[in-house]
Amino acid sequence: MLTHFPAVLLFALCVSVIFGITQRAEPKKMMRFGAFTFACLVGSVIVISWVMYAIKH
Amino acid sequence: MPTEAQKISAPAQNSSLPWLVLFAGWLVPGAGHVLLGKWVRGTLIFAAILCMYLLGLGLQGKIYVPNTGDILDILGFLGQIGMGMGYFLARLFGWGATSVLLAVGDYGTKFLTVAGLLNIIAAVDAHSLANGRKAS
Repeated sequence: MLTHFPAVLLFALCVSVIFGITQRAEPKKMMRFGAFTFACLVGSVIVISWVMYAIKH
Repeated sequence: MPTEAQKISAPAQNSSLPWLVLFAGWLVPGAGHVLLGKWVRGTLIFAAILCMYLLGLGLQGKIYVPNTGDILDILGFLGQIGMGMGYFLARLFGWGATSVLLAVGDYGTKFLTVAGLLNIIAAVDAHSLANGRKAS
């Protein structure tokens, strides 16, 4: 069964692949932008998760 | 005097190729890029959209229909219709769920809707490549 975090990782991976390809024109910049998008998505999920944990406790 | 970019884009603007590429990219994810000879990009787009589509169906995501009268259902339908062939196949064979029954089904619905929206972005990107608005 797919749990929350692997689902987030797969979602971020797929979104960052498409964003990288469509938002930049050169392969090198595509890879960098894709990696940046992935890091932003996963990073924001981790930060928001800890914020929610802090609010609850 | 026309620039190099204008020389390249001028023939494409007069042909129906950009619209064909847009339609093909919408119907089958990545097909627009493949038609333009960009196999790697087309394959990556296909794999990413297919992965999201299969995960969405596997998580029992809801397949929206346009005629319920609910504005959120209509918006969901507009997002999912972006999957092109995937949406029609899901409707035809009854894949996915008609309503969200499990907690993970909500995630599945998001996967399906975002897959459709990303496919629209990819198809528009292929259209921009075909008409010369995007360099490469």
